[in-house]
Amino acid sequence: MSRFRVAVHIAPRRGLLDPQGKAVTDALRTLGFASVQDVHVGRHLVVEMDAADPAAAERTTRDMCNKLLANPVIEDFEIASVSTS
Amino acid sequence: MKFGIVTFPGSNCDYDTYHAVVDALGEEATYLWHKEHDLRGSDVVILPGGFSYGDYLRAGAIARFSPIMREVAAHAERGAPVLAICNGFQIACEAGMLPGALLRNASLRFVCEAVRLRVENADTQFTNRYDRGQLVTVPIAHGDGRYTADDETLARIEGEGRVVFRYVGGPGDADEWWSPNGSMNAIAGIVNAAGNVLGMMPHPERAVDDLLGSSDGMGIFESILSRVAA
Repeated sequence: MSRFRVAVHIAPRRGLLDPQGKAVTDALRTLGFASVQDVHVGRHLVVEMDAADPAAAERTTRDMCNKLLANPVIEDFEIASVSTS
Repeated sequence: MKFGIVTFPGSNCDYDTYHAVVDALGEEATYLWHKEHDLRGSDVVILPGGFSYGDYLRAGAIARFSPIMREVAAHAERGAPVLAICNGFQIACEAGMLPGALLRNASLRFVCEAVRLRVENADTQFTNRYDRGQLVTVPIAHGDGRYTADDETLARIEGEGRVVFRYVGGPGDADEWWSPNGSMNAIAGIVNAAGNVLGMMPHPERAVDDLLGSSDGMGIFESILSRVAA
């Protein structure tokens, strides 16, 4: 068993109205960042866990996302990285 | 009839709900602490409003795993009534007892005001005291009330008459959908396929006395009473 840090990105599902992302987009444009097309505001989680190897750590985290960390009705998630802690 | 009102850490409408059941309706109510595993003989379970677990992660996401939710789910599976109000609606959706999810209001603002609802289905055990198409005034108070579901789910619940309450506009616009939170199809409340779980963002327990603005919410409690007692 080793200790791993698994980083997870959770974002609103594409196509769903994301008022928070739109508000940030508008604010950035007001600031002069005219090139901004869209912003999606989500969550970044870091899970510290014990697992046999990185693949097992990722598998378990995926399971956590499906059961609790993300809501598949409204959110998409991706495992951003798995590193030894 | 006995109503069990679940108290999660962060619930804040449990006392209002108790008042509605005991003082306005004249029935028995008991508080059920979320760590319990016993509904104590409740005929009806109410998941009240509030901010269980501080809305951490997502509104209702953590409360769904509270010990008592296993008993609440079993109660619902037996066909017994569950009334899920506001945060309770969010919890019921997270728990998979109702389809869809409640997202941040489109305005990004917490909305606290009396709104008008149209009763879309008066043939449920929660709405049999209303007439179909009846307009009722009930307060809302939420930041995450934008009902969202995929197209297929939306078409199914609409087709099956499971949209029970819809937000409507002001006087003269009663036929127009209008949503204070950006809900799809201006949905304010839905029932599950079996019809024994009602989830709604508006607070009927805050509309049980004309002195406080409206008693239109009483219809829900009276409907439950007449159906279950029958």
